[in-house]
Formats: sequence, structure tokens, C-alpha cells
Amino acid sequence: MSQHRRGGWDFSPAAASPPGGLRAAPPVGTTRRGIGAGEIVRRIVAGTGELLITVGAVLVLFALYEVKVSNVFADHNQAVAQHKLTQAWSKGQDPLHGQDKLNLPAGKQVVLPAGQGFANLYIPAFGKDYAKTVIQGTDDADLNEGPGHYIGTQVPGQLGNFAMAGHRVGKGEPFLNLDQLHPGDKIVVQTASNWYIYTVLGSQPQYQAALKLHGSARSDAIAAALAATDAQGVPGREIVSPSAVQVIAPVPDHPGETPTRALLTMTTCHPKYTANQRMVIHAVLTRAVKASGSALPKELAGGTL
Amino acid sequence: MYAWIWRHLPGPLAVRILQALVLIAAVSLLLLFVVFPVVEPHLPSNPFTGPSTVSQ
Repeated sequence: MSQHRRGGWDFSPAAASPPGGLRAAPPVGTTRRGIGAGEIVRRIVAGTGELLITVGAVLVLFALYEVKVSNVFADHNQAVAQHKLTQAWSKGQDPLHGQDKLNLPAGKQVVLPAGQGFANLYIPAFGKDYAKTVIQGTDDADLNEGPGHYIGTQVPGQLGNFAMAGHRVGKGEPFLNLDQLHPGDKIVVQTASNWYIYTVLGSQPQYQAALKLHGSARSDAIAAALAATDAQGVPGREIVSPSAVQVIAPVPDHPGETPTRALLTMTTCHPKYTANQRMVIHAVLTRAVKASGSALPKELAGGTL
Repeated sequence: MYAWIWRHLPGPLAVRILQALVLIAAVSLLLLFVVFPVVEPHLPSNPFTGPSTVSQ
């Protein structure tokens, strides 16, 4: 089995066909002394082909990175942020400095350290292991750690809008299942001082009626129930363009109005795998409890992991 | 390039196939875990996740 030295490429018909398989006679157009014009053209074509195949393979790998592998890094970042917040709280260091109060007027601006976690988000509908530390800010780096709090929007419990952004697919995908939330679902926010329980808006009667339907009629009816606006014109869910900043206004969709309720808003990319639109969920504060030791509010009965 | 690499892999066919697979895996892992994480923040928003923020 001698290593046969050859001057050509394996793609030529002579190389690809028997006899001798891969160690066939030197390819057409090649000599030991030099290469002809035909061979040069053939090499350019073959080289271009290889380049295109390589580019295609790298793009497929990049898609895999965006959708799957980026989660490995973001999940690690989230775990670090969670750990840091737990540590800070146990040392009596609250990034909010206890300034979050039930029905704090919307005009009171609470300044938080950028890029740092300050609250935990629990959504029982996503499973009892769903716990995310919310990061102050919505830069790429912030969102690569967890849901990010829009700077300038209110803090938990405050009158107005506690608004967050999160990735839909990849980079930890904290808001992957935002489309599975229904009117009445609970969203629990934990700060050092308090537990806040928000309830997803939308028409509860319409939702209950929708549950009696089947197939696409059911999902259409649920979507309609979520889209139904309440007395103050705020829906449970809306799909908007990325430029629709009014969804994070103190009174969502009614910029300039003075808020009389504490709301929570979550925004993410929509449809899945694209950034064409934003899916927005609105919820209203329905209950608040003072934090006391390790006691959990009843909405998290069964514990968190 | 690929043909050149293939010709320079030593050993019998089965061993060369194995080496080729190891090379492909090594390059893929390098891209996924080293190159892409470094390069990605510098790219314009992409169609897979895009910026989750409501842009200003």
C-alpha cells in the first residue's frame, strides 16, 4: 500500500471511477511537469465549489449556534446573575434599596445599577422550575443574562408599567413560551422586600368560553380573549411592530396618560425565529405580600426548584 | 483544499475516514464555542433571534 503521489484533485472523473478507486491514474489534463489551461479552469471551478459548500456549512452551524448553543452561554450567565442576587440579598444588599413599594407613584424614579439583577421572575404556567433573575437594562449583554428591565419604566409594585424584554429563541430564551400565557395566568415577581403577583389581562369570560371549543376555533378564540382590552384599553396580549414603544408606556398603548394601576409588560420577538414583530403580554398587579423568610406566596405553592 | 487534506491523511481508508470526522468535529466545535460567541455581538441583528427590545 504505497502512498501514491498525485498532482491532481480527487473530483475528476478519472479519480472518481474505478479501477483503483481513490488511487486511480493521474487525472486528465495533469502531468508531473505542469498543469494545462484546462486544469487551471477545473481547479478554479472546483475551488469555488468547495468555498460555497464551506460557506453553506458555516451558515448552518451559525444557525445551530443561535438557536441552541447560545443557550449554553446565556444559561450560565443567568445562573451567575441568580447566584449574585441571592448572595446580595443574604448580605442585606438590595439593589432596589427597599424603594419598591406597593402603589409607589409612577413619577418616582427608582435608579438601579445597570447590568445587575434586582428581582426574580416566576411564571407558574411555565413550570415550577421557571425562575429568572431580571437584569437592569436591555442591551445585548443584559439580554444575554436574562430578561431585561427597560430603563425608565417603573419598578415592581409601582403604579405604571414594570416592563421587561427577553429573547424568544436562543440566548437563554426566557420568553420562548410567552405565546402560551392565557388570561388569568399568574406572574410572580420577587424583590428583597416583597412578592408581587400580577395577573395576565384579557377577557376571562371569553377565555372560559374558548376552552369549550376544539381545534383551530379554540386557538382563535383564545387569541381573541387575549386581545380583548379592559376598561382602560389595555389588552392581555398584542402583536406589534418593533417600533411600537407605546406598549411600555406607564399606561400601555396610551402614552401620556397618568397610571392608576401597577402593570407588568413582557416583550419578545415574534414570530418565533424572527425579529419581524414583537409579542407583548400585559398583566395587572392583583396581590402583594411582604417577604418573610423563605415563605412562598400561595401562587408558588409546591415550591420552586 | 479538501482533496489536499484527504491526500495528506495517513493510514488506510477506515483510519482516514475517522481522522476526517475528527477534523470536521474539531472545526465545528471551534466555530460553535469560540468563534461565534466572539463574532456574534459585532454582527448586525440577525434573523434568528434579533434584538428582543422594542427599538427606539
